[in-house]
Amino acid sequence: MPTVTMTVNGKQVSADIDPRTLLADFIRVNLDLTGTHIGCDTSQCGACTILVNGDAVKSCTMLAVQADGAEVTTIEGLAENGEMHPMQAAFKEHHGLQCGFCTPGMVMSAIDLVKRHPNPDEATIREELDGNICRCTGYHNIVKAVKAAADATGG
Amino acid sequence: MYEFEYRKPASLDQAVAMLDEDAKILAGGQSLLPTMKMRLASPGALVDLAAIPGLSGITVAGNTVEIGAMTRHAEVAASKEVAEAIPALADLAGKIGDRQVRNRGTIGGSLANNDPAADYPAAVLGLGATVHTNKRAIAADDFFQGLFETALGEDEIITKVSFPLPEAAAYEKFVQPASRFALVGVFVARTGSGVRVAVTGAGPGVFRATALETALGGSFTPAALDNVEIAADGLNNDLHGSAEYRAHLVTVLAKRAVAAAR
Ligand SMILES: Cc1cc2nc3c(=O)[nH]c(=O)nc-3n(C[C@H](O)[C@H](O)[C@H](O)COP(=O)(O)OP(=O)(O)OC[C@H]3O[C@@H](n4cnc5c(N)ncnc54)[C@H](O)[C@@H]3O)c2cc1C
Ligand code: FES
Ligand code: FES
Repeated sequence: MPTVTMTVNGKQVSADIDPRTLLADFIRVNLDLTGTHIGCDTSQCGACTILVNGDAVKSCTMLAVQADGAEVTTIEGLAENGEMHPMQAAFKEHHGLQCGFCTPGMVMSAIDLVKRHPNPDEATIREELDGNICRCTGYHNIVKAVKAAADATGG
Repeated sequence: MYEFEYRKPASLDQAVAMLDEDAKILAGGQSLLPTMKMRLASPGALVDLAAIPGLSGITVAGNTVEIGAMTRHAEVAASKEVAEAIPALADLAGKIGDRQVRNRGTIGGSLANNDPAADYPAAVLGLGATVHTNKRAIAADDFFQGLFETALGEDEIITKVSFPLPEAAAYEKFVQPASRFALVGVFVARTGSGVRVAVTGAGPGVFRATALETALGGSFTPAALDNVEIAADGLNNDLHGSAEYRAHLVTVLAKRAVAAAR
């Protein structure tokens, strides 16, 4: 079995794994970080979105072995000293969630979005969140939350 | 997903040596992994190209844009050099799937896969690009061979694609809203050696619409296509759209592409 080593939320982790282990399963089962959700498992919903070397990717569509040596950030890695990340705070403030199932993936995608578009307009936000499906909110408050977080972080 | 062995070569030669009968190349995994998860593919081994140096990157030199096989869609979409040299190509890359898919998927993987509704094949055929492999250079007109079929041999690896600069070009995509693939996509290019029109999504594989090419060769204007019809025979007919509807879209999108070409 191959050994993988990666940095997850700032901590180095290492394990011997079956090559077919998906990165999403590695994170949830091996590392017990269950904030990363699996919604569809067919690469469509984006609930499993995490950052790999800063880029939003669907962790259900990547093998854990492909993340060997990578820097991984999950929803659990965002808060600092007990303070929510500005994106998380904006989702809370603007009711950008209802059941919350899509939220971790939404927040991770939104962070990638604001990194590339520090001052996004509504159309850009909607376009860039294409890979994340929400069955509850109708997206409206998600878009508001992302805009507010971008404004708050000085876009 | 069935079990497989994971191999990570450090050079092209090593990769070829590792590509035994039951092995498959792994690039971005955005087509292959979903297929394996559905158990539609069950390779005995995956040969991951990620650690091979020199397979990724964009170079614009003289009259060509060269894109390494492992270059991700997001990199092409964001490249200022590509946007300047062939704006239609950067635009097309930015229309593939969603952000997360573009952050992983590669041009080499997209071409080798040759999904009948994929976007890159339209650019490669529309611009008359050349696909380079570890063995040879293949002209776009010879590369695509219908539904998921290409000219690639079993242990042949795409290394890069070179695109000649057109005088003007544009890509128009009618998105199938659930999958994000092209219901129909039309790439139009005016080049030094004539007009090329490549169509994806409409048929069993990307193809050139020669009737449109001839009409546009006479006059490169949307109006030149007013009376040109594409036959629905042999086009895809499914729950997303009838063959007639797709045929109609081809001309509509081609007109829009001609109007947008730059
Ligand atoms: C949700 C979703 C939406 C998508 N939407 C679109 C879309 O709108 N338009 C579109 O065009 N595509 C779309 N795709 C597909 C995506 O673009 C894939 O990235 C692409 O088709 C395959 O590239 P890859 O690097 O991921 O290849 P992989 O999945 O790793 O490999 C695909 C195939 O190519 C072979 N291969 C890979 N690299 C090479 C090489 N260098 N030489 C020889 N063979 C090779 C592999 O063996 C495999 O058979 C979508 C995918 C998903 C999951
Ligand atoms: S669980 Fe990964 S995209 Fe839905
Ligand atoms: S809040 Fe329920 S799926 Fe988005």
